[in-house]
Amino acid sequence: MIHFMLLFSRQGKLRLQKWYISQTDKAKKKITRDLVTLILARKPKMCSFLEWKELKIVYKRYASLYFCCAIEQQDNELLCLEVIHRYVELLDKYFGSVCELDIIFNFEKAYFMLDEFILGGEVQETSKKNVLKAIAAQDLLQEDNNEPKSVLEDLGLANIASALSS
Amino acid sequence: VLFAPLTFVLPPPANAKQHASAFQFFFGKLQHIGQFSLETFANQLSLAKVEHHGSAGAVRTSRLLVAALLLNRRLCSFPIVIIEGVLIFVIVSNIVVAEIVVADDEMSQLILLLLVFWSGLHSLISLLLLLLTARSSGSKRLSANMGKSKEAEEKRINKELANIRSKFKGDKALDGYQKKKYVCKLLFIFLLGNDIDFGHMEAVNLLNSNKYTEKQIGYLFISVLISENNELMRLVQQNLKNDLASRNPVHVNLALECIANIGSKEMAEMFAPEIPKLLVMGDAGDTVKQSAALCLLKLFRTAPEMVPMGDWTSRVIHLLNDQHMGVVTAAVSLIEALVKRNPDDFKGCVSLSISRLARIVTSSYTDLQDYTYYFVPAPWLSVKLLRLLQNYPPPEDTTVRNRLAECLETILNKAVEPPKSKKVQHSNAKNAVLFEAISLIIHMDSDPSLLVRACSQLGQFLSNRETNLRYLALESMCLLATSEFSHDAVKRHQETVVTALKSERDVSVRQRAVDLLYAMCDRSNAEEIVGEMLTYLETADYSIRGELVLKIAILAEKYASDYTWYVDTILNLIRLAGDFVSEEVWYRAYAAKTVFEALEAPACHENMVKVGGYILGEFGNLIAGDARSSPSTQFQLLHGKFHLCSPPTRALLLSAYIKLVNLFPEIREDIIAVLESDANLRNSNVEIQQRASEYLSLARNSTQDVLATVLEEMPPFPERESSILAQLRKKKPAVEDAIRVRGEKQQQRPASGAADGAAASAPIAATPASGGGGGVKLQGDIAGAESNTDSDLLGLDFGGSAPAAAAGGGGAGGGSVDLLSSILDVGVSSSSSSSAAPSAASGASAQRKTVVVGAGASGSIVGEENWHKFVCKNSGVLYENDILQVGVKCDYQQSSGRIVVYYGNKTPAPLAQFASVINLPDSSLTNQLGIQVKPVGDRVGASEQVNESSEMDSATFFQHWKQLSQPEQECQKIFQAKFPMDAETTKTKILGFGFSLLSNIDSNPANFVGAGIVQTKSGNIGSLFRLEPNQQAQMYRLTVHSIKPGVSKRLCELLETQI
Repeated sequence: MIHFMLLFSRQGKLRLQKWYISQTDKAKKKITRDLVTLILARKPKMCSFLEWKELKIVYKRYASLYFCCAIEQQDNELLCLEVIHRYVELLDKYFGSVCELDIIFNFEKAYFMLDEFILGGEVQETSKKNVLKAIAAQDLLQEDNNEPKSVLEDLGLANIASALSS
Repeated sequence: VLFAPLTFVLPPPANAKQHASAFQFFFGKLQHIGQFSLETFANQLSLAKVEHHGSAGAVRTSRLLVAALLLNRRLCSFPIVIIEGVLIFVIVSNIVVAEIVVADDEMSQLILLLLVFWSGLHSLISLLLLLLTARSSGSKRLSANMGKSKEAEEKRINKELANIRSKFKGDKALDGYQKKKYVCKLLFIFLLGNDIDFGHMEAVNLLNSNKYTEKQIGYLFISVLISENNELMRLVQQNLKNDLASRNPVHVNLALECIANIGSKEMAEMFAPEIPKLLVMGDAGDTVKQSAALCLLKLFRTAPEMVPMGDWTSRVIHLLNDQHMGVVTAAVSLIEALVKRNPDDFKGCVSLSISRLARIVTSSYTDLQDYTYYFVPAPWLSVKLLRLLQNYPPPEDTTVRNRLAECLETILNKAVEPPKSKKVQHSNAKNAVLFEAISLIIHMDSDPSLLVRACSQLGQFLSNRETNLRYLALESMCLLATSEFSHDAVKRHQETVVTALKSERDVSVRQRAVDLLYAMCDRSNAEEIVGEMLTYLETADYSIRGELVLKIAILAEKYASDYTWYVDTILNLIRLAGDFVSEEVWYRAYAAKTVFEALEAPACHENMVKVGGYILGEFGNLIAGDARSSPSTQFQLLHGKFHLCSPPTRALLLSAYIKLVNLFPEIREDIIAVLESDANLRNSNVEIQQRASEYLSLARNSTQDVLATVLEEMPPFPERESSILAQLRKKKPAVEDAIRVRGEKQQQRPASGAADGAAASAPIAATPASGGGGGVKLQGDIAGAESNTDSDLLGLDFGGSAPAAAAGGGGAGGGSVDLLSSILDVGVSSSSSSSAAPSAASGASAQRKTVVVGAGASGSIVGEENWHKFVCKNSGVLYENDILQVGVKCDYQQSSGRIVVYYGNKTPAPLAQFASVINLPDSSLTNQLGIQVKPVGDRVGASEQVNESSEMDSATFFQHWKQLSQPEQECQKIFQAKFPMDAETTKTKILGFGFSLLSNIDSNPANFVGAGIVQTKSGNIGSLFRLEPNQQAQMYRLTVHSIKPGVSKRLCELLETQI
């Protein structure tokens, strides 16, 4: 089970946090601080897995953003790495070449997408199509359809700012 | 129109001057427009320094920023910037305001800054600045500005918060859209890292909305910002209840997701009975089923007792057959949690998951469409299924088992196939399944061929290019090493693992290598592996040293084949990582030599100094013959470290010095000089000061004889039942040990007091008891020992139990274990004395006697220490090793007593041919004691101890005391306390010994006085005692008066050993 997922920038600024276990605000802040320091200190070629307290930390860097998950001892690290990747793919597909600022300014979409993909710390739906279909259905329900989903797509600029490293 | 279209073209590489002028022009225009002052920026921009990079990175940065601005258009009406190649268009209301060729990173950043300022959105500045500083290499100036903009941001945020607060409190009712907008803004501000303390109510209100997006934002705010014990939770739950009952599946889903996100106990109580229906209901949509499964899982994890088991539980495993892969994926997680709690109820899931797994692994990657991930069919589901199977033993049904074996083989086969894609995602997903399959193979631990295949596959990963794979391979191999089938296969990779230890750049990978080396270590490779670990320890990272040291120590102890190697290893450990100091054996001369060498190193750990001080002090003479380690060199070496050490170590060194005075009179003067130096003699530390002054007078005033006695060399360490010794012993024939023990026993017996005087005779009937299984009971009844003397000793040898570790004895529980004879010695010493008390006015009589039993078995030394235990106690464990436990229980009536000896078999196998023999070495003892052995076991009789307290007042006591004060009736001893001087403990011991305690008799309440009667067949011997503790000196003075001469003496001796 995933205990929490954190997205933070290379400067150590937290961009998104999702907790699947209940923690006090103070504990959340401490955990975040500890992990951000720990992970930012690691070099690029180092292994993506860390033992941390009773948990295993799996992290990966995409452009300027770090994705970090805490999983339990018996969980599969490699697959967790792909959980992260699938989430990035989802974001990328939805925002069209996602970048850090997409997540900052469209945090709600990032959250909704995460809820469709992972629920209660377990993977719920691994099909990219199904998740995006669900999000698209949500967008359709938006009453004021005059708000464009993504300005970039409006402007036909979906390919700029490719923040995705392959 | 304020903004007339402006167009600048900054010719890319041309020259810096051109850049500068174009910029100035641009700035000038803006200034002219009067939007804001450019002074700050002009200062920052040292135009002369602008250099042309023309790098793609610069363009990328600006693209990113601009994209961000664009994305944000909805939040704030913003001048729009479009990048086309290297052009930036600044557009306001669809009019191109500026068009700039950006060829330089720094320049583009500044332009964007201008734009941000222009729009007046200060809150965004710091965000952008952060990004800019990250991107910009020469960004000192910008970061200097960050402090300011941080303030600006704070100001801006506070303003915004105040605005939202007033909107929420305002008279005008907000419509749903506005509420949503402000709640969303609050969330945004929270995510920027600020605390939010209002708006919760508004968020909860949003849940009432019929509009999906408003509800959605409301739920989002709640799951991110409301803690589960917030008082608003009840309102939230009411809303959840409504939404769950909604006919609109998207609303149901929102509610389910919210419950899964928060999952509090209250929610479990309220919703756990409802959700199973959604899960197994035929008409519920697939997405609802998925959410319901994981929602229920969350509640089950929070409060399993709240989730009712019922009809649905039998149906839930059939979700494994569901058409929709997403439903299966979600359901497996739930099923696994249920299985963990109650595996038997869900047994049916084994065959179901195996067939599902079989369908996945044999499918081609196109079959599963979108559930195929980079050419790997349903990796998430496969891994979850493999995990689920790890909760059960290998299936009993052969068809099912074969099917599973086929699946696992297929997965192993796929691992060696050429990859279908070069992408890391493909290899990760494929290997994730592989590692999970290997976990299952290890879990089942039944198929040697699969285990060995798994091992060779992991072996290949050990030299993979991917750090992650090497890490995981090392980790999985640790588990493989624990299986008997694959242990040897793992050992073949030793060399690679050692290389990993030396060459891996990542400490966490090295840590795994250490773990694996530890796991694969056995007798055959211990020296090599420990050697490698020691080498690594020299350079090891601080974070893993502690663990590494522990591992080395354990391996060294576990697999030590000779002392030299062991001591070498331990001393190396101390030298390299002194925080760990072993208390294990030091090997005398060898240790002295090695320690001397270690101390010669310019820097050594304080613990090394301690060890050195002790060893050289004790055994320095053994190496003094060598000119390189002459007495004065040894002393200088130790003293060289003195001033660097902490007080406890210094105190220890002072003791070492005085020992050196004894060992080497020639350096006496040097040491006296050190002792009498002010630094020691007048040290503020009392311990050092006292030692210095005591040792000084000892060194000055004592003759060599006195010194030699006081500072006699330590006797050989008593052997302890340490794990290393136990290991070593296994290798030696038990007989050898038994012989040794017997020899020691012989010496010990006279020491425990000679038996003299007459004794009652009684027949001895001993029947060896034999038994298997649980244990053998041996009863000894020593009857009617009569004595008019001070003490008796009965030495009994119970021969022949304790099985030697006969390896050839066959499997556990199988054949009989060959019992080599090992000896259990039981020495029973009963001291009986009669008391003078009967004549006391109270008429009370006290009776006391002591039975002392000593035993030795299977090579352990059970010395006085063990039988002394029974002076003050009537029951206890006499002897214990891995195989056998011998317990003793005594009870006494008048002058007869019964000793029951229990043998407990600690092994799973029965002990066959078990025999116990009572051995009476001395015929005079046989005459003294009547021994009857009951048919079930052996009965041994002796004289007895029963305590009857004698009540008497002070006058009576002192009257008797005086009556018995003839020199031969009195015995007085002054001795050092052997245990902590605790009044309560002492009291218990005295009562256990058989004396009564009389209070209010002695004028000093700290003293103990009492009386007792030793009953023998020939008569009772009254005795009185007085015990005066001296807390300061930790000494006791014990005076015993008794009617029979000699009894006092023996009682005194016995009590002395106990307190």
